[in-house]
Amino acid sequence: MSSNKKYWKSVEELNENSSIVEALKQNEFVEEIPTDEFLGDKSTLEASSTTRRDFLKYVGFSTAAASLAACEGPVIKSIPYVVQPEEIIPGVANYYATTIADGFDFASVLVKTREGRPIKIENNTMATANGGANARVNASVLGLYDSLRVQGPKKDGKSISWSAFDLETNQKLTDLMNAGKEIVLLTQTFASPSTSKLISNFKEKYGNVRHVVYDAVSESAALDAYQAKYGERALANYDFSKASTIVSVGADFLGDWQGGGFDSGYAQGRVPQEGKMSRHIQIEANMSLSGANADKRVPATPSQQKLALAKLYSYVIGGSVSGDLPKQIDDAVRKAASQLKEAGSNGVVVTGIQDVNAQTVALEINAYLSSKVFDKSAPIKTRQGNDADVATLVADMKAGKVGAIIMSGVNPLYTLPNANDFAEGLKKTELSIAFSMKADETASVTQYIAAAPHYLESWGDVELKKGHYGLTQPTIRPLFDTRQFQDALLKWTGNDVSYHDFIKDNWNTGILGGSSFNQALHDGLFVGAMPALENAPETTEANTLETVASSGDAARALASSSKAEGLELTLYTKVGMGDGQQANNPWLQEFPDPLTRVSWDNYLTVSTADAKQLNLKNWHVANGGLNGNYADVTVNGVTIKNVPVIIQPGQANGSVGLSLGYGRTAGLKDEMKTGVNAYALYQNFNTAQNVSVTAASGEHEFACVQLQNTLMGRGDIIKETTLEIFNTKDKDYWNAIPVVSLNHVETPVTSPDVDLWDEFDRSIGHHFNLSIDLNACTGCGACVIACHAENNVPVVGKSEIRRSRDMHWLRIDRYYSSEDTFEGDDTKKENFSGLFGDNGSLGGFNEMETPADNPQVAFQPVMCQHCNHAPCETVCPVAATSHGRQGQNHMAYNRCVGTRYCANNCPYKVRRFNWFLYSENDEFDYHMNDDLGRMVLNPDVVVRSRGVMEKCSMCIQKTQKTILDAKRDGREIKDGEFQTACSSACSNGAMTFGDINDKESKVAKLKEDNRMYHLLESVGTKPNVMYQTKVRNTTEA
Amino acid sequence: MKKSYQSLEDNSTNNMKQVIHRKLTSKILYLGFVILLTLSTSLQAQDGDPAKGKALFNTNCAACHKLDKPMTGPALRNIEQKLADEQGLDRAWISAWIRNSAAVIKSGDAYANKIFNEHNGTAMTAFPTLEDQDISDILAYTAEVVETPAPGTGTDVGVNPNSTTDNSSSKLILGALALLFGLLAMALVIVRRTLNRFAEAKGVDIATKEKGLPLWKAFVKNQFLVIVTAILFLLASAYFIFGYLSQIGVDQGYMPVQPIHYSHKIHAGDNGIDCKYCHSSARVSKTSGIPSLNVCMNCHKTISEVAPETLAEGNKIGVDYNAEIQKLYAAAGWSDTEQKYTGESNPVKWVRIHNLPDFAYFNHSQHVTVGGIECQTCHGPVEEMEVMYQFSSLTMGWCINCHRETNVKVEDNAYYTKIHEQLSKKYGVDKLTVAQMGGLECGKCHY
Repeated sequence: MSSNKKYWKSVEELNENSSIVEALKQNEFVEEIPTDEFLGDKSTLEASSTTRRDFLKYVGFSTAAASLAACEGPVIKSIPYVVQPEEIIPGVANYYATTIADGFDFASVLVKTREGRPIKIENNTMATANGGANARVNASVLGLYDSLRVQGPKKDGKSISWSAFDLETNQKLTDLMNAGKEIVLLTQTFASPSTSKLISNFKEKYGNVRHVVYDAVSESAALDAYQAKYGERALANYDFSKASTIVSVGADFLGDWQGGGFDSGYAQGRVPQEGKMSRHIQIEANMSLSGANADKRVPATPSQQKLALAKLYSYVIGGSVSGDLPKQIDDAVRKAASQLKEAGSNGVVVTGIQDVNAQTVALEINAYLSSKVFDKSAPIKTRQGNDADVATLVADMKAGKVGAIIMSGVNPLYTLPNANDFAEGLKKTELSIAFSMKADETASVTQYIAAAPHYLESWGDVELKKGHYGLTQPTIRPLFDTRQFQDALLKWTGNDVSYHDFIKDNWNTGILGGSSFNQALHDGLFVGAMPALENAPETTEANTLETVASSGDAARALASSSKAEGLELTLYTKVGMGDGQQANNPWLQEFPDPLTRVSWDNYLTVSTADAKQLNLKNWHVANGGLNGNYADVTVNGVTIKNVPVIIQPGQANGSVGLSLGYGRTAGLKDEMKTGVNAYALYQNFNTAQNVSVTAASGEHEFACVQLQNTLMGRGDIIKETTLEIFNTKDKDYWNAIPVVSLNHVETPVTSPDVDLWDEFDRSIGHHFNLSIDLNACTGCGACVIACHAENNVPVVGKSEIRRSRDMHWLRIDRYYSSEDTFEGDDTKKENFSGLFGDNGSLGGFNEMETPADNPQVAFQPVMCQHCNHAPCETVCPVAATSHGRQGQNHMAYNRCVGTRYCANNCPYKVRRFNWFLYSENDEFDYHMNDDLGRMVLNPDVVVRSRGVMEKCSMCIQKTQKTILDAKRDGREIKDGEFQTACSSACSNGAMTFGDINDKESKVAKLKEDNRMYHLLESVGTKPNVMYQTKVRNTTEA
Repeated sequence: MKKSYQSLEDNSTNNMKQVIHRKLTSKILYLGFVILLTLSTSLQAQDGDPAKGKALFNTNCAACHKLDKPMTGPALRNIEQKLADEQGLDRAWISAWIRNSAAVIKSGDAYANKIFNEHNGTAMTAFPTLEDQDISDILAYTAEVVETPAPGTGTDVGVNPNSTTDNSSSKLILGALALLFGLLAMALVIVRRTLNRFAEAKGVDIATKEKGLPLWKAFVKNQFLVIVTAILFLLASAYFIFGYLSQIGVDQGYMPVQPIHYSHKIHAGDNGIDCKYCHSSARVSKTSGIPSLNVCMNCHKTISEVAPETLAEGNKIGVDYNAEIQKLYAAAGWSDTEQKYTGESNPVKWVRIHNLPDFAYFNHSQHVTVGGIECQTCHGPVEEMEVMYQFSSLTMGWCINCHRETNVKVEDNAYYTKIHEQLSKKYGVDKLTVAQMGGLECGKCHY
């Protein structure tokens, strides 16, 4: 029965006399549609000679014309050399050995050049000092093609010529010298014998000259401690490959601690050999790379660290130290001490506490253990800054005592906490010159900017470690009208030789001792004859007691200096950004932090408990982005407002962390002006500060590439075991091959009976495999940047990253355990029964999404696994992705139509889609948008266009080249010749690439290794990338 | 290009006018030459054979000397006469200089030192092996009187009018034939009309056929035929449209005008220079490389002019080869008169002919060195090309076909030994094609 209900649409209808209701009955819209407004008034419309028909004609014609014009191919011009340099063959790469020494990163590298353009940095495998090239060094090549570089000398912002510069500065310097005013050279650490000589020449000529060495991130305390003990201002050198027990108190030695470069030695000792591997105990506040790799990580605030180190000293050497530590830290320290004693000369203690006493204590413990890890013969020379000198300088400048200041490689207005004082002082100098590649914070306010060349355009020499020298040579002719600091010094001292000749002369007379300079230049390095240990205060019997006494004092002083008031801040440098001098490098900005996996930002890391107390939160939003609260951070009255907050599992309660190197304001593109400048809090050059944190309003949008932080008990993704089990149990126990049921019989997934596909015969020719050792991988990310450089991977920017549209072909997944260990996670998952209740999976899985307060951490580099039975290949409707018989999964970009089926079907999520055109597009104003930046592109790899899928190719361009070279020479290929960008970038030996059909190859042996497993083996994809099970040394003493 | 042809016509007409004068002058010159020759032979009784001298000159002297132009050394036309007239130097001095110039300079001879200094202190190579007779042969050659370059242009002019008459006569014949056919057709029409008129006059009834349906109407009425034709039409047009579209971007036969008219025919064909002499990077690199100008200058430092015959041949197609060489000099910054580089180079912007798309990786050394493939296999008869053009289609089908058909050259290459043995056992063949080696996989060329 139909009802007579009347439906009304709004309250208005109830009003009987409403004009609106009446009007709506007649009209669709209540208000008049303003057609005239957008059509213009009627008269002009009628007066227009263009009728609708004409308009359509024009549209039709122009469309037709455009499509016709598109059929015509463009005329491409080719311009050969007029005189071709002998060493250049177009299409063939040349390699040059050189050394980077930018004041923060020092490393011997090989530079790959094509047609005279440096395009990639690689490890110099001959180098014995300073490990390999880290992510920043790998990315440094892009700095050469920075479009914001200063292109010539400038005076007060206006371009001048070098001759004018010479004339004016010479005059001014002479005037100042005659007036008896002081000239100050404020430089980075050059560690360069030739530059030191030049500076002393300069001092000789101008008399009243002060040379101040300034490291943005200071290691002054360690230098002072070393100087006091060994009589030489240098840093202790450690070879962690010799260590069986490593105790680190706040030292991120896998990061940038004391110049970094310790990771390759460390990784060597971490791979279990003959049942042995090193044991690493880390006591720290922030979750660092070292902490993430440690076997045992003890969270402790900076003040607790001081006490812990003092206690460690007392437990190892003796003596008593007052002060109380929380029980679990004290226990850990006690155990660490007994393990150190057990290890004896194979033990080592390092500390990152910026305190002379702390550094002395560490040196003393190592001396007591007579640690073999500590290499006294070759101390590290790459940090020489002196905090006291810098402080005096700033005071003197402010007092107007400085006549001229000449800076090179430093940016004090950005990196000094008291930058305002420096700026004030700078105004009082009569002459200020900055040698800089950019009009950065400092250079833009000096009188002169002396345009400096990039290190790939310069000459130079470095003493990396005592007796270990590196040479820097230009790999390209200077792109701009630049002059390096040393050449300017030569001019000012009236010396007509070039810096190259000066170095050559200096080396031939002083360093080489008769060896060939050209050979040293070819190698990029030279190891001098080991000088007999100079009469450093040897610890003879007589003064042992004395030093023990004094170091006991140091330990006691250290313990007493440990005071905590409220929250403690630890400033650190990120693997990607370092001290911030490469902030305009899009590769580094987009490089996700290994731990937080956040790119394009720095942030305050807060522990879960503190976050709760301060009412700070992180949450996910609908588009898959991570959002967080802001906090105001105050140190000694200096406040940084609106610092985004990340809740960091493993952060010691009562401590927060903030990275330096962000918040640059000058000399970089707007997109790169990310984060906040934490140098303002870097007071007295101490990384540990007492701090107060208050929540601020607003929401911060992070660009985080990994939102799922735990493994949810899926132990087959990262297989783990302990050294004990590894040594005592069968492989099937700790690295079992997954089984499936076939006719109710459990059959291993590797069996052909349970395979959907027939196996293709791959025994002929090459078959490439890549092995990744999870024990040797520290998560440093050098491979990520190397992959970027080799494969022209685009940079997509913060907002695209936030939408999970990152393009990294190689990512390093980081997982936290939800229980105390990953093993605990697995057990918890196994024990789920039913949906609800205490052991219910519903609540249980929910809990497992949250990482533990001090979780275990695991890194896993994941790239295309090049499955022999690839799920992506079968779903491509246009056969754009197919399998080669050499094992590589090919991707024909020009064939791809962008359905993205393959990405959906990929169990590893390694395929990347080009949502936009990332090159020559103003919307993505990174290096691929300017002519200069595009010079870094690898000409052997195509730049992908919009709408196609891309992914790791296992560097097929490199394997093909190796094959071709062998064919041309008519020889077989030796093991080790095949490399991918990532495997050659990995100085830790975590990645091994090669041909498994060559049964003698390293990778073929690794494939048979007991630790070998495939990622998600149960899926049956038969990948060509394999992993080596992670083994943790959990043996407690 | 068009303009240069225009100028060619101008030249030829000028030449035609000049022919008459030239013949006269050449005759006069010839007479004079004969007289001179007899005179000179009588003057120098011991003189040599200019023909032998020419050969000797070309082998020993031509690297640094020309007859009429200074090169590395001074011009040598009539050098003996000149030296005798201007410096009072005799044959003995010349012989001494040729055999060991350094000694003459050392002896303090004024003129020798002057010459030495004028040429930047570059000493002339000593030729101690040259006999007196050889030297007199060479000097005889240098003393020869210049031949008139008339014959070259003469034949050129001679040929042209002939060919035009040929053309016009054939046209004339064709025209006449056409006229004839036209007349015949008209005659036929007239005959028919007259016959019809006769028939009418005689009252003969011409049977007119009853008009049936016109063919097209019948066709339109037949639905089946219409549909079939429509389908056929659509299929055919689809076929042709596809054919047309797949030609887009295929530039086979692309023959752009280059900034310098460079003739591969002269270099690779007539002179037989190996391709890889200039395109040397084809052996080791992915690109064959356009030779840098210093490679050109290796030879062209001494070759500033082409032979008259070559010049004449160039004129036929409207190219002045000597002018093209001058363009090279301008680009390389070489001063022909001063015989040195000015330092003001002007790189040549060649128009690239073979443009593989960015996404296709091609490596020359793989094909040239490893595969031992002749350049001509892909680039066509380059040695016959006056102007270079794209010979092959460079499409993927073209690549693939070749990879299917070509055997890999595995002999004497240790790289292939193992894989060849295994693969030939697997496929049961002795020779392996590129395809069997995996040369059809996408990733081998696309990355």
